[in-house]
Amino acid sequence: MSNNKESLINLLTQKPWEPAQAKVDNLHEGKTFNLHVGKLGLRYIMVVSTIMFCLFIVTYADRMVYDDWIRMPEPFLLWINSLILVISSLFFIRIQLASKKNNFEKVRRELVLIGVLAIIFLIGQLLVWQNMIEAGYYVSGSPANGYFYVFTTLHGLHLLGGLIYWVMTIKKVWKLDDSIVIRKAKHTVELCAIYWHFLLAVWIVLFGLMLFS
Amino acid sequence: MAADSYDDVAKNKESIPELEVAPQDLYHAKSFWTKYIFCQDAKVIGIQYALTAAAIGMVGLVSSWLMRMQIAFPGVIPMDAAAYYQLVTMHGMIMVVYLLTALFLGGFGNFLIPLMVGARDMVFPYVNMVSYWVFFIAVLILGASYFVPGGPTGAGWTLYPPQAITSGTPGGDGLGIVLMLVSLAVFVIGFTMGGLNYVITILQARTRGMTLMRMPLTIWGILTATVLALFAFPALFVAGIMMTLDNMLGTSFFMPAIVQFGERLTYDGGSPILFQHLFWFFGHPEVYIVALPAFGIVSDLISVHARKNIFGYRMMVWAIVIIGALSFIVWAHHMYVAGMNPWFGFFFATTTLIIAVPTAIKVYNWVLTLWRGNIKLTIPMLFSIAFIITFVNGGLTGLFLGNVAVDVPLSDTYFVVAHFHMVMGIAPVLVILGSIYHWFPLITGRFLNERLGRIHFWVTFIGSYSIYFPMHYLGFMGVTRRYFEVFEGDNFTYSITGINQFITVAALITGAAQFLFFYNIIVSSKFGKKAGKNPWKACSLEWQTPDVPPTHGNFGKELPVVYRWPYDFSVPGADEDYITQDTPPSAVANAKAEQT
Repeated sequence: MSNNKESLINLLTQKPWEPAQAKVDNLHEGKTFNLHVGKLGLRYIMVVSTIMFCLFIVTYADRMVYDDWIRMPEPFLLWINSLILVISSLFFIRIQLASKKNNFEKVRRELVLIGVLAIIFLIGQLLVWQNMIEAGYYVSGSPANGYFYVFTTLHGLHLLGGLIYWVMTIKKVWKLDDSIVIRKAKHTVELCAIYWHFLLAVWIVLFGLMLFS
Repeated sequence: MAADSYDDVAKNKESIPELEVAPQDLYHAKSFWTKYIFCQDAKVIGIQYALTAAAIGMVGLVSSWLMRMQIAFPGVIPMDAAAYYQLVTMHGMIMVVYLLTALFLGGFGNFLIPLMVGARDMVFPYVNMVSYWVFFIAVLILGASYFVPGGPTGAGWTLYPPQAITSGTPGGDGLGIVLMLVSLAVFVIGFTMGGLNYVITILQARTRGMTLMRMPLTIWGILTATVLALFAFPALFVAGIMMTLDNMLGTSFFMPAIVQFGERLTYDGGSPILFQHLFWFFGHPEVYIVALPAFGIVSDLISVHARKNIFGYRMMVWAIVIIGALSFIVWAHHMYVAGMNPWFGFFFATTTLIIAVPTAIKVYNWVLTLWRGNIKLTIPMLFSIAFIITFVNGGLTGLFLGNVAVDVPLSDTYFVVAHFHMVMGIAPVLVILGSIYHWFPLITGRFLNERLGRIHFWVTFIGSYSIYFPMHYLGFMGVTRRYFEVFEGDNFTYSITGINQFITVAALITGAAQFLFFYNIIVSSKFGKKAGKNPWKACSLEWQTPDVPPTHGNFGKELPVVYRWPYDFSVPGADEDYITQDTPPSAVANAKAEQT
């Protein structure tokens, strides 16, 4: 494994053809980062999602300066939905701690709760949509409406994707036969938690953007 | 890491954790379906990508034939303006996204990455398989647009609103544009899954001794291109989603207030320029998503077939990385005529000229690698030299178009068509063809037929120049691109008609030569001369597999251990003119690699 303190400049200035460098390189284990591939994979997905949302936000900032931009109301239900996401993230912190202490009974129980909260959140978002439509805020109205529906849809789809991984996590923590399975289950729980925290962060940014603009 | 710290590292070796990927659990196929169809082996997935890309690429090729027939010999093939614009659009999008991107990253990336870095497979084989099938679905959706009422979109490959989604543009008020946008979104999703594998396999699953700076330049090119795609494709995705909503649900993200045939449409206040910025924020890095793997691959081909280490390896790596970074701050040079602030144009003209510096360094290094090399004029080498020449030609015209004052009169003329076809069409295709001749013995265990290959090369090379060189003159004479009929009226002289007819004949012949190439592939895969192991005497790991073609798991029981970079050719003191990457120092005790 490479020395993680090795700077990018040092890395890119290596002369691999020189015998002295060759001796060092021959000991290299082949990994660039001291990270599990699953964790790195999750970071990759989060980076892609972040870029996508950033680009949406850039277009949002560009579009909102035009005259036809009319602010949407701020339904109270959105605050409740946001609170559900915050509670989910807090529960995931508890789950991570329980997982570290091998308290898998608690992990299972609270993971189920996470799923329930996620479904409540999604239903809550659909209710917000219904209220908006009933109040005449259609997607084709002001561009602010369009962005509201786009943001909530994309965030919801990300959560649905997270629920697929949540099902896999539940399956893993339900059958813990040996130490290898336990290690893998702990790893999966950690990844699931990171993703949920990420979804909360994305939602806070999107909700804040819609609230203050 | 400093060389004198070697002893410290050795002392602490026991503290280094075990390899994470070495004992990778491989999925072993048990049926025909899981071995060849829903396969998780990166090599098979690479071939699936390549075949699918080639199949849809054929549609793109035939489209170009039909376009050229209309331009040079109107009426020979009955066609109206709508059909012509549909051909133009589908040709462009197919060639750029579904052929070149998919073939370089999905095809070559999948086949070569695990083999070249010394891994048994990609790190997420299941996701890799899904990636291919999502790409396949994207191709099917694109293909479906030919069969819907109104046909595929004819908006031009840039799909600029408002015309892309208004009636009057072919497919604009039907399903054509919707299917194009959905297909692109699906492609991006599939590519993200593939890219996840390419990046993490390269970063985390290399074999022992394979440092980043010991990787072949092919891998550096694919890695950097994938990272570019990671940043660039979301822009296409975002633009696609927003335009789909404008089209289907009547939002006005990009659509301004429009009066059409005396009727005011419901759109209001949208910004078409915003779409252009998003599109080119994807579109320009896309040029390098195609070019960087080509740069990497051609570096390896030149080194192997000139029996010489690559000149300036580190600078080649830096150039790849710098070009990748700079490619994100040049996008608006595609929009000089969109009415931007002159200072904005000045900035993008400057960055465009700056990106020529690392690109020129690469060209110099390729030439200096050839300099005093033991050049073997094999077919891969012929294609590589042809690439250098073509890339220089296309690159130089890029300097013209990168300057605002020169670009404005040349904008939307055949000069632009000639430029981008030379630099990102023909040049990468020459690398693809050369690399197929190079790696075909690894894929099938047999050589492609030499005589057919040389005919294929010369017809393709001379044919390409016959097509695109005259286009520069057409551009200077003011012949506008995307015109359905170019020689009606008094604006164009007889000489232009003659040049267009010459180009069309050349295009037909050059295209036909590609079918000769396909024939060669089919026949040689069964009856070609047997190649044996490492027929080109290359140093990199993909040629060191115990079985040729490599079997599932690539390297037999033990993963190879790497002791050197992949360019130890013609090393003084060595018995042969190459030392493979997995040859330990003790086996070549007299070799003095530092003197090469």
